[in-house]
Amino acid sequence: MNPSLPVQTPSVPRVRPLPPMSSSLMAKRKLSDNVMRGLCLLATLIAIIPLFLVLYYVTIQGIKVMSPAFFTEVQRPAGEPGGGFKHAIVGTLMMVGLASCLGLPIGILGGIYLSEFGQNRFGFVVRFATDVLNGIPSIIIGVFVYSIAVLPVSQATRSWEEPITFSAWAGGLALGIMMIPTVMRTTEEIVRLVPHALREGALALGDTRWHSTLKIVLGSAKGGVITGVLLAIARIAGETAPLLFTAADSLYMNLNPSKQTASLPVRIYLSATSPDDHWNALAWGGAFVLVAMILILSLLARYATRTRA
Amino acid sequence: MLVSTKPDTSKPELPVAEITPDAQGVTSSERAVNQSVAQSVQENASHASLNGPAKMTAEGVNLHYGSKHALKSVGAAFPEKTITALIGPSGCGKSTFLRCLNRMNDLIDNCKITGDIKLDDENIYARGVDVVQLRQRVGMVFQKPNPFPMSIWDNIAYGPRLRGIKNKGLLNEIVEESLQGAALWNEVKDDLKKSAFGLSGGQQQRLCIARAMATKPEVLLMDEPCSALDPISTLKIEELMRELRSQYTIIIVTHNMQQAARCSDKTAFFLLGELVEMDASSKIFTDPTDKRTEDYITGRFG
Amino acid sequence: MIASQPEKPSLFKRNSKLDARTTDGIFYWSTFAFAALILILVAWLGVQLYAAASPSVKQFGLGFLTSSVWKTSDDPISPDTYGAWPYIYGTLVSSFLALLLAVPIGLGTAIYLAELAPKWLRTPMSFMVELLAAVPSVVYGLWGRLVLIPAIMPLQTWLSEHASSIPVVGRLFSGSATGQSMMAAGLVLAIMVLPFISAVSREVIKAVPPTQREAAFGLGATHWEAIKGPILRSSRSGIIGAIILGLARALGETMAITMVIGNAPSADFSLLSPAATLSSKLAVEFAEASGGQQSALMYLALVLFGITIVVNAFARLLIWNMSRQVKGAVRL
Repeated sequence: MNPSLPVQTPSVPRVRPLPPMSSSLMAKRKLSDNVMRGLCLLATLIAIIPLFLVLYYVTIQGIKVMSPAFFTEVQRPAGEPGGGFKHAIVGTLMMVGLASCLGLPIGILGGIYLSEFGQNRFGFVVRFATDVLNGIPSIIIGVFVYSIAVLPVSQATRSWEEPITFSAWAGGLALGIMMIPTVMRTTEEIVRLVPHALREGALALGDTRWHSTLKIVLGSAKGGVITGVLLAIARIAGETAPLLFTAADSLYMNLNPSKQTASLPVRIYLSATSPDDHWNALAWGGAFVLVAMILILSLLARYATRTRA
Repeated sequence: MLVSTKPDTSKPELPVAEITPDAQGVTSSERAVNQSVAQSVQENASHASLNGPAKMTAEGVNLHYGSKHALKSVGAAFPEKTITALIGPSGCGKSTFLRCLNRMNDLIDNCKITGDIKLDDENIYARGVDVVQLRQRVGMVFQKPNPFPMSIWDNIAYGPRLRGIKNKGLLNEIVEESLQGAALWNEVKDDLKKSAFGLSGGQQQRLCIARAMATKPEVLLMDEPCSALDPISTLKIEELMRELRSQYTIIIVTHNMQQAARCSDKTAFFLLGELVEMDASSKIFTDPTDKRTEDYITGRFG
Repeated sequence: MIASQPEKPSLFKRNSKLDARTTDGIFYWSTFAFAALILILVAWLGVQLYAAASPSVKQFGLGFLTSSVWKTSDDPISPDTYGAWPYIYGTLVSSFLALLLAVPIGLGTAIYLAELAPKWLRTPMSFMVELLAAVPSVVYGLWGRLVLIPAIMPLQTWLSEHASSIPVVGRLFSGSATGQSMMAAGLVLAIMVLPFISAVSREVIKAVPPTQREAAFGLGATHWEAIKGPILRSSRSGIIGAIILGLARALGETMAITMVIGNAPSADFSLLSPAATLSSKLAVEFAEASGGQQSALMYLALVLFGITIVVNAFARLLIWNMSRQVKGAVRL
């Protein structure tokens, strides 16, 4: 003890050393550190394996049936070789287009409302409703659209040839409803990121609120909104359940939105569950085209965000 | 080997409001510093362990962040049971150097360190050194209070529990002892089971000091522990440091030169990654050897 | 429009019909209308489902939830009877199985990607995990049906031969291996919710302030001790929220399950037998149903709607709660 130390303040107790840590405990801690880190790595590998397997099979089996005919011919009856998914690809494009006409304006303008005017109780309720809509299983959207857009039309027309009038309109409606929450919330979040000074700058120059919002605010948030839109389209392009009872299915090429219409996902489902081997093979081809479409949309979405900055 | 660059005196920011020259010019702040220094130096003189054995030493420490040369051949010795203050303008490398002393820089990518840092004559960067054991011996208090999302009691007991102490009675003793050591016991003794987030900023920081003390480190590193605190909390923590000096080797980074003068036995002045001067605080604040040190402590800088 | 004499400008004068106040009003009310449309839509959805299900709700009441009989008779004298229990059971068990597999693996992945992986590996690995979440469910169903089921047939056969004699656990493996089964559904569902759980958990863990990590290291914690203690504690409720959102997805998942579960109401506890879920029952039967059967199916949809809304609301509550806590953590 240093004799020159000043008198200890009574409030500070002397440091008593902790009991020494046994070297076996240290070894145990090191071991559990290594084991747990190893387990996390293992979990990641396990998680990656199915991705590789799914993409591997979709690619290998899909490429086998890729041919011009796959894109230019409709499906032939089970048992016949050849044929393609032209009607399903066209049907998917048509219904995604119809869905976008419905979902994008509602989603984007509703998103603008939430970010620009929605800091109130009503905005809170709308936000909650979009979360609810986002969480509703897609098959329930299908059932809902069936009961508002398929059943009433069937009862009104009462045609013997088509007792239930499935249509691409109904399919587009179902997909459009599914788009709204994603587009609305991403638009809201992106538009809110636009600095307030930019809005004030435009208004201070004598611009109107609507013009500055659409031109300046939405303009500077463009990249982010496009990302949201592309991701929403990628999401609905692969949806099957909402189409089962709305657009239903068809083996024929159809460009009339009032008729029942094939789509890629529904065609994949029905071809995969049929006992016919050739139809199963075509299902892989459909899956390949669908996954490629979604992959391209996702990459485009990333690209749109990157160029925004 | 190392070509020291000419000090660039153009931009370093001076964050200490108290010594910024006012209308009366530099001399008044100089006087203010010197007065307070004179008092604290007297106090410090009684604690004469400046020439005692070094607890930690650094020799030729160079540190690169990617292409940036952040520490240039720094050498320093920290005597046992003293307080050493590291001062210097922002970005001069003092915090970086502090974090080298318990290898916190290991967490940062592309950070390369060369040179020797010794704790009781053992090189802490030697191959095979156990970082976990090093950090139990060299504790750290950070710039912003960072309590864990647990109760006050659990926060303090975290370190001892890591070391395998399970005995509830012993843990209770450690918690009380550490909180008393950090002058927080009287304020929280009835709320030990409450979340640490309920405390004020100053209390949170004292909790973090108590948490660091609970593992009974030999060296306590403090990285601007008062920068986020109000003056009263700052005062409490300074008192605390002076009391802890008899038991710990404390190394503190501070922007506040009054604080360095009041609390520390030794002071090291950093500039642009170099250790310009290191000496007894009484010497640094009254009669610095280097012109740059003098310029800095008198606020003539910048 | 050339004025003969210059007019004095006035702040109150309107110079045309479409002045700023009017257009801004139109703009506000049109965005408001689109936002309000969502409310109407959600309310309409609930009301419409209830209305379509109401004949069945009146006929069977809450007994529908516990009854196991689903019989459509052509005989006009003996009425149809419908019960939802086997489908509720299938939905809950398949989702539970999926979480049992996906939670530990997803959490491990999230920890690895947020904390342990070398920097250069984090972005591409995270992108791959997110890609897994973007693959449509019908593709998982296709893969599950044509690749996974044939691959696990030997395992199922082995379990049915050897594990079914174990006293209690054996009931899970009783009966013969059929391929399309609860087990296949649980596996495919696990693969589908895993990327979701790990992506959300990774975000939550990444949001933990780095000061928590430093504090733990500063006290001499190993990396795992730092993760187990402060890091997971700070992110706990966010991770639970992610798991529950994953559960909500699993409960509503339709296509992949329909393609691998076998679509027969589960008769026993065996994981090797086929089963059916609320959504798979709807997917298989709804298009051809009419009358009382359709109304009973609507009742099934209503039950599913109710379950997912409760689970979702619970998850949102947890996530809100967490964002409040995080605010508390940074308070100085």
